[in-house]
Amino acid sequence: MSPEAAAERPRRRADPQAWLRRALALPYGWLLLFLLGPFLIVLKISLADPIVAQPPYTPLFEVAEDGARRLAASLDNYRFVLSDRLYLYTYLNSLKLAAISTLLCLLVGYPMAYGIARAHPARRNLLLMLVVLPFWISFLLRVYAWMGLLGTNGTINELLLWAGVINAPLKLLYTDTAVFLGMVYSYLPFMILPLYANLERLDPDLLEAAADLGSRPRQVFRDVTLPLSFPGVVAGCLLVFIPAMGEFVIPTLLGGPESLMIGRVLFEEFFANRDWPVAGADAVLLLAILLVPIGLFQYFEARREDET
Amino acid sequence: MEERTPLASTPWLDPDARPFVRIEGLSKHFGDFKAVDAIDLDIYRAELFSILGASGSGKTTLLRMLAGLEAPTSGRIEIDGVDVTDAPPYERPLNIMFQSYALFPHMTVEQNVAYGLKKDRTPGPEIQRRVAEILDLVQLSSHARAKPSQISGGQSQRVALARALIKQPKVLLLDEPLAALDKKLREHTQFELVNIQDQLGVTFVVVTHDQEEAMTLSTRIAVMNEGRFTQIGTPNEIYEHPCNRFTADFVGKINLFEATVIGGGDAEVTLRCEALDCTITLPHAAPLAAGAAVSLAVRPEKIFLAKEPPRETDRTVLRGVVLDLGYFGGLSLYRIETGNGTVIEVSAQNRQRDARGPEWDDEVYLSWDASNTILLGE
Repeated sequence: MSPEAAAERPRRRADPQAWLRRALALPYGWLLLFLLGPFLIVLKISLADPIVAQPPYTPLFEVAEDGARRLAASLDNYRFVLSDRLYLYTYLNSLKLAAISTLLCLLVGYPMAYGIARAHPARRNLLLMLVVLPFWISFLLRVYAWMGLLGTNGTINELLLWAGVINAPLKLLYTDTAVFLGMVYSYLPFMILPLYANLERLDPDLLEAAADLGSRPRQVFRDVTLPLSFPGVVAGCLLVFIPAMGEFVIPTLLGGPESLMIGRVLFEEFFANRDWPVAGADAVLLLAILLVPIGLFQYFEARREDET
Repeated sequence: MEERTPLASTPWLDPDARPFVRIEGLSKHFGDFKAVDAIDLDIYRAELFSILGASGSGKTTLLRMLAGLEAPTSGRIEIDGVDVTDAPPYERPLNIMFQSYALFPHMTVEQNVAYGLKKDRTPGPEIQRRVAEILDLVQLSSHARAKPSQISGGQSQRVALARALIKQPKVLLLDEPLAALDKKLREHTQFELVNIQDQLGVTFVVVTHDQEEAMTLSTRIAVMNEGRFTQIGTPNEIYEHPCNRFTADFVGKINLFEATVIGGGDAEVTLRCEALDCTITLPHAAPLAAGAAVSLAVRPEKIFLAKEPPRETDRTVLRGVVLDLGYFGGLSLYRIETGNGTVIEVSAQNRQRDARGPEWDDEVYLSWDASNTILLGE
């Protein structure tokens, strides 16, 4: 278009996409500034050496005596983290705990999401609100509440002793079981909500068609409901798995000394050992691990978009 | 699919014929609302039976009860001599084609069609053979590997039909089978449906709100309103011999006039109609009491429209002016106002390309043969 024509165009016919671009710029700018920025700082720290100073790591560029700057990055921290058996164990243990927590959330969350999606429309909102209700209380408080429930002199033990079911208090707190309880409890809504959103959209005609063609209810579920809810399952699992992998509060407060999770180790490297570079390397590796499921999710989403 | 059971010519007239689907006193209540209200219906083998009604008439609820997707409040359903009232959908010898088609989006056309046979544990080679056969019948062999999202509406409709037919059900239920198709495709598909039904000899029960669809497809039609049938009959009976105001008014266009009985004999009745400003004597079997209120009905195409008064004298003749006219190509629809303000709809075929019919405000004469006047009680 010629410049004159462009000038003649009335104002209100301006490109409607411009508004959209502006609306998108804000969140993306925010992410760039406060996610990518800190990440680059962490990446920089992970390439440095720890020193007793303020800040407690060597600068990225060494200033030589002749005033020239020299890049002083090393992958030593990564080598250290990857060669240390404790770290390897911690990563594997985190993966295991996060995976089991995710699976438990799925097993508990799927029937709940299904139930809510099949409930009378008027009751669905109430049921959904009940799922989200715990968020109204601080996360930390709720984890502390579990300590009160699970402790040696906690509510559950007291109740069981009083009822005569047990003679001596059970060791509930500071176990992997307690971690799983805490994880499932905390992350369940993240599983239920995407699953609900998916199951609620499921066309009831499809279920009836399957039944009409000879499927018993269990087969209808296996042949139709389950495969069609797969995107919801993937979304829910990722929403639980990703934060569970880096979870720090729950294993620290509810877990025993053996339930080492990467988030907890990271915290200790950073605050107790003041070894920022190793903590940085830990964080970068954690992110690298999480990129795998995120990539998988993107792949499945893209494939699903193609199909519909 | 091999054997074909042709429809006995008019089994519903034969008192000894055994109905294939027998519905007795079937009701479905939702709270106080009677969606289906004590319905009796016999459908014969290889019939193409339509249930015609407006939305909310209960026709879909009736279909869902036949399929086993809705439990009746009371009554019985029998198919081929077997009581299936309490049988779950997966054990009934019938299949349904949903209005939405309800194709499984995660399966290919082939997998969709094969689904019912797989549930029956049919051996693999036989499944392959029968799927190929039926895809051929509905002309979709080339789309066997496509997903439902990749095919057109008309193709989806045929996949749904193939999927519902492959188990060779005793009865195929079709819920608004053509509603989702555009007009041109609908007309074509109508005939295709009839052909397939004729080829396979399966009993079809079609639920529709589209009277044209019901007329062209069906051996018989049941007109449904507020959970009950107002009339059951062949398309011709329903159209030309409606037995009540609802059926007459619902099916096709019709002019309805109030009339009062003023006398009559054994086989005829004399009526006074104020709207038409005339006295008419019609044949009528059952005697009607003098003073009884009845309705007279005349279809628009039965009325002859002319600029000159007709020469015959044995016809009902009215004079009026053209109030409104609509040109539809093949025919024109006129609204004529008579001297006392009654508006009558008349349709006339446009037989000559360049003939000029009556125009707005033209004075015209309406006439029709007395035998085309329908007498309706209530």
